[in-house]
Amino acid sequence: MTVLTTPAGASSTRTPDEAPRRQRAARRPKMLSNLFLVALILYFALPLWWLLVASTKDTTSLFASPHGALWFGDGFHLVENLRALFAYDNGIYLRWMGNSFLYALAGGLGSTVLAVLAGYGFAKFHFKGRNLAFSILLGAVMVPATALVIPTFVLLSEMELTNTPWAVILPSLLNPFGVYLMRVYAAEGVPDELLDAARVDGAGTFRTFFQVALPLLRPAIVTVLLLSVVATWNNYFLPLAMLSDSTLFPVTVGIGLLQGLAGANNGGGESLWMLIVVGSLVSIIPLIIAFLSLQKYWQGGLAIGSLK
Amino acid sequence: MAAQTDLRAAPPPPRERPGARGSGRPAGGWRQREDAKGWLFIAPFGAVFIVFLVAPLAYAFYLSLFTKGLATGTKFAGLDNYTRAFTDPAFLKGLWFVVKFSLVLIPVQMAVSLAAALVLDGMTSKFSRFSRLMMFVPYAIPAVIGALMWGFLYSPNFGPAQQLFGFFGLDAPVMLSPDNVFGALMNVVTWQWAGYYMIVIYAALQGIDPSIYEAAKIDGASSWQVALRIKIPMVASALVLILVFAVIGTLQFFTEPQILGRISNGAIPPDFTPNMYAFTTAFAFAQFNYASAISFSLGAVVFIGVYIFLFATRKRGSFL
Repeated sequence: MTVLTTPAGASSTRTPDEAPRRQRAARRPKMLSNLFLVALILYFALPLWWLLVASTKDTTSLFASPHGALWFGDGFHLVENLRALFAYDNGIYLRWMGNSFLYALAGGLGSTVLAVLAGYGFAKFHFKGRNLAFSILLGAVMVPATALVIPTFVLLSEMELTNTPWAVILPSLLNPFGVYLMRVYAAEGVPDELLDAARVDGAGTFRTFFQVALPLLRPAIVTVLLLSVVATWNNYFLPLAMLSDSTLFPVTVGIGLLQGLAGANNGGGESLWMLIVVGSLVSIIPLIIAFLSLQKYWQGGLAIGSLK
Repeated sequence: MAAQTDLRAAPPPPRERPGARGSGRPAGGWRQREDAKGWLFIAPFGAVFIVFLVAPLAYAFYLSLFTKGLATGTKFAGLDNYTRAFTDPAFLKGLWFVVKFSLVLIPVQMAVSLAAALVLDGMTSKFSRFSRLMMFVPYAIPAVIGALMWGFLYSPNFGPAQQLFGFFGLDAPVMLSPDNVFGALMNVVTWQWAGYYMIVIYAALQGIDPSIYEAAKIDGASSWQVALRIKIPMVASALVLILVFAVIGTLQFFTEPQILGRISNGAIPPDFTPNMYAFTTAFAFAQFNYASAISFSLGAVVFIGVYIFLFATRKRGSFL
């Protein structure tokens, strides 16, 4: 943007007393901005606040709360609700959480490793057919993932792999966008001079990759890892289609199952609704903690895809 | 990131050496052998790509060419399933819904996230950092849970709307009625994704060299002008990227209507979106051939739609 920066020095006509006036004028927009932010926070926090409050109620006040849906009911029943949740159906909820961890970590780590390797390969090697392969990859970014679910189900059921953890983990390894992100980042973030220097010093292709390139790729790796862990953890369609044994469900499908049961029960399912509420609360905690603690990585990393 | 500023500058500096061989790097067989090793890095992903993208699509296409009847067994039907899909009122209605939904939802979502990103970009306070996080949190929450929470909040009997309207002696509106379900779903999706989009735009805004703003201010540009003429054009590629993802995501709408459908008293039928229809066809009616045709058609519609969109907005330096 050098074009825009050139007039900076040339047309500087600002007088000294202009600055305070500007500051005063700037105060009102600032208040408007803050009001806007307050409105945003209220909106985005509303469901979470409701969930937090609702988890402390008992079934009666969940549906007919003396102080309304957005305030605490009579008594504090969170611990008792948690106990009921973990005891439900021989502790199946904890299994669901465990399954979610397994699928999200295996799928997320696996797809990240594949994306790092492929992205680096695309960015730093000029092999024959590279441009064609990369065009195909970009085309794949545009294929909606859910359109693949039923075809993949049919294919895996031929191999008798449906209703196993593999049916969820293996398709989650496919992350074309992750490869795209890694390629963009590696092209800029790993200077060729450094790689050449490492090779001149006698390091082989793979040693150069592990010792020179990998540390430089760290912000992109954390971002791709987080994105793919979230995508796998939050996925509903794929495990819903693949799994029929409820002990293999991840927590999203498990809670969906409870909701289906409660909805079908019309009234008799009221105690299930309490479990759904408190189960929802517990299920969102791990990812929120992950995002809060890894802030400094993903906040910058999320810009990668839009840089080119 | 330097590439950020290339957006409008006339000749973007070469990001890659055009034809690496012979451009100042060691030439000869060593270089070629080295470059061929690129395939080793790509191979693991390539294998997954073939097994879980190419093979399912090919197999689904193959399956979609057959029909299975109780009396007739499986027999070759050519493109009959596709003729059936594109004349099937349930599929077409679902497709029309997601197209309509995208056309309304995406501009709203983009406006919210762009406005929030622009406001946050101009602030450095602790409060603005906190709002940024709060807005982003829904992204980390599964769509199932998001839909469940809003489902409760929508309830005319025990949701907060009941209190609000009851205070004035009115009945709360039924959010999940056939008339309101469009807006109800739009709200859930905006809540879920606006924060993520905001962060992407915000990160792009933060990458702009602030001296440009100084220069513009000195030239007498107002904050509005800076936002409209400098900031928005400079994050255009982030906006295109978001738009592409929003279109792809919305056309394959499934989880939210699937979850809310159970408490909607029929306002969200099982063939509400193409994906729900494919799911029902496959798993409730075991018609895998026809379900494959629907999935394949949906995939093709999305792919072609996005491709046309990208072609239309294509310019130097943008995504793809």
